[in-house]
Amino acid sequence: MNLPDAAQLLQYLISGLTLGSVYAMIALGFTLIHNATGIVNFAQGEFVAFGALIAISCSTTLGLPMPLAVLIAVAGVALLGAALERAAIRPARRASVITLIIITIGASIFLRGIAMWVWGSDALPMRYFSGDEPIGIGGASILPQHLWIVGIVLVTMAALWVLGEKTQVGKAMRACAVDRDAAQLVGIPASRMVMLSFALSGMLGGLAGAIVCPLAMGQWDMGITLGLKGFAAAILGGMGNPVGAVLGGVLLGILESLGAGFWSGLKNAIAFAVMLIVLLARPSGLLGARGRQ
Amino acid sequence: MSVRGKSRQCRLAITAALTALVGWGTQLRTWHWLVVAAAAAAVLPFLLGSGYAVGLAAEIGIYTIVALGLNLLMGYAGQVSLGQAAFVGIGAYTSAILTAKVGLSPWLSMVAGVTLSGLTAAVVGVPLLKLRGHYLAMGTLGFGVIMNILMVQWEDLTRGTVGIWGIPPLSIGGFAFDTDLRFYYVVAGAVILCMAMASNIINSRVGRAMRAVHGSEVAAGTSGVDTGRYKLQVFILSGAMAGLAGSLYAHHFRYIEPASFGFGHSIEFVVMVVIGGMASIWGAIFGAGAVTLIAEQVRRSLQYSPIIFGFVLVAIMIFMPWGLWRGGMDVLRRLGWARSRQRVSAR
Repeated sequence: MNLPDAAQLLQYLISGLTLGSVYAMIALGFTLIHNATGIVNFAQGEFVAFGALIAISCSTTLGLPMPLAVLIAVAGVALLGAALERAAIRPARRASVITLIIITIGASIFLRGIAMWVWGSDALPMRYFSGDEPIGIGGASILPQHLWIVGIVLVTMAALWVLGEKTQVGKAMRACAVDRDAAQLVGIPASRMVMLSFALSGMLGGLAGAIVCPLAMGQWDMGITLGLKGFAAAILGGMGNPVGAVLGGVLLGILESLGAGFWSGLKNAIAFAVMLIVLLARPSGLLGARGRQ
Repeated sequence: MSVRGKSRQCRLAITAALTALVGWGTQLRTWHWLVVAAAAAAVLPFLLGSGYAVGLAAEIGIYTIVALGLNLLMGYAGQVSLGQAAFVGIGAYTSAILTAKVGLSPWLSMVAGVTLSGLTAAVVGVPLLKLRGHYLAMGTLGFGVIMNILMVQWEDLTRGTVGIWGIPPLSIGGFAFDTDLRFYYVVAGAVILCMAMASNIINSRVGRAMRAVHGSEVAAGTSGVDTGRYKLQVFILSGAMAGLAGSLYAHHFRYIEPASFGFGHSIEFVVMVVIGGMASIWGAIFGAGAVTLIAEQVRRSLQYSPIIFGFVLVAIMIFMPWGLWRGGMDVLRRLGWARSRQRVSAR
């Protein structure tokens, strides 16, 4: 074990922040669906994988310009999310928790199978959004892609906040999250709101995949790890709390990056250790008000 | 190649034999079907013929033990574990390390493996079982992933991704269970013992208490069932059974590596319970058989099998939440081909 100097520390912080922004997006996707339905969607990671793979196909194979490729990926995964809700979740709405857990696990196996069938099992590269010249800051170097990721995540968060606080649809979705039956009574089409939350969650996942794949490459099974870490981030921040999801994501990314700097073999264990500690010591997370369920 | 044609025949034979076995079981009383099962298990290798199929049957038996334990936890106590492969791994590594590296007797190592996985279940179960539903699922998943990372990283003990080989076969006196056929009988004996134990538990006071916890934890608690204690006991039992399966796994393949005890396998065990049917002892064999044969197919050629696998899983959960076996029986019953029996509502 060797202690890092200041420049290295800065480097870890930067990559941690970037990775953490991606976790935050995935965690927000979990939060949206959890608030609307009480379900933890085990297929969330597959949303990320599909976002990455669709973006890669559009940009590399079809040669479309980058913004269009990302847009198609996001729209495609949003449709996928809505389809998942309609085909697998709605028919089992009154089922037990175990049943719902297994349904989303089944859906994730199904989607991974599709991904491997369509894109094969090799890791696919994706070019950077703009340039690959690193920018030097205080001994550390940042890729333009890092800035893209953090910037896009910030814009997305702002857009989500506006949607939730300022628009009719957003208020209706939040009303359904608080009390579905009551929302229905005042005339909100609750089942459409649930479908919308799956579509939105798909958008977030798809976007997360599309912006991270230039750094991480795209592979059919990339969703397993990313999905689980997004969930760990959501738990850390407090399940059901959007601000908590973002905070949890960023914290987890930085913890992981610093931890890997000290002991690389245990990098992947950090997220799960943090999740276990939070689940056992404070199941409501850092910001969550609700207790364990 | 003729080997492949033969193995397909063998797989068909296994499926047919398992189905016949299951069909008999529901018509008989508990100890009757245990005798029937023992007899069927004894003649099964002669129906299968080749060593490959008998080895596969032994593997199915090993997974049946895991599925049985998990079925008690999921089907009867209503608790999820997405980390069951970790307990199998603890059993397997204990046996492998104690026999191949320390040189202890395989039987003693097996006892140690079962004890250690049961103890681990007790230690992690106390805090984890305070969680419910999705949170318990994620908690057990986190435990499983961390244990798997330990198996990879703790190289002094586990030899990391290289794995441990040279695990000796089980033996009594001078007689070693070192062929697929011989080892198959060891596994078959263990499966039948575990089934007998599971059915005894289900039909006892403890079993009723467990079902009450599944029905409603609050209602069970207010009628005087110590819900926390029962949940922990079942969790320890399912962990110990997974550990037993792990020890058998180590002596069957004589080589183990961390990849055999990862998250994907934990999911496979859950799928076995679901396909076979929650709260069904026979379902464990059925589920373990179906999943192992499908997984074997995936490894061979069919690239799109996971698609079918995932689709079937979702469909079963939506339309037959009690699994293929009971769902199929319902259809037969509706057609008037099978005896009806009292059952609780499907969801």
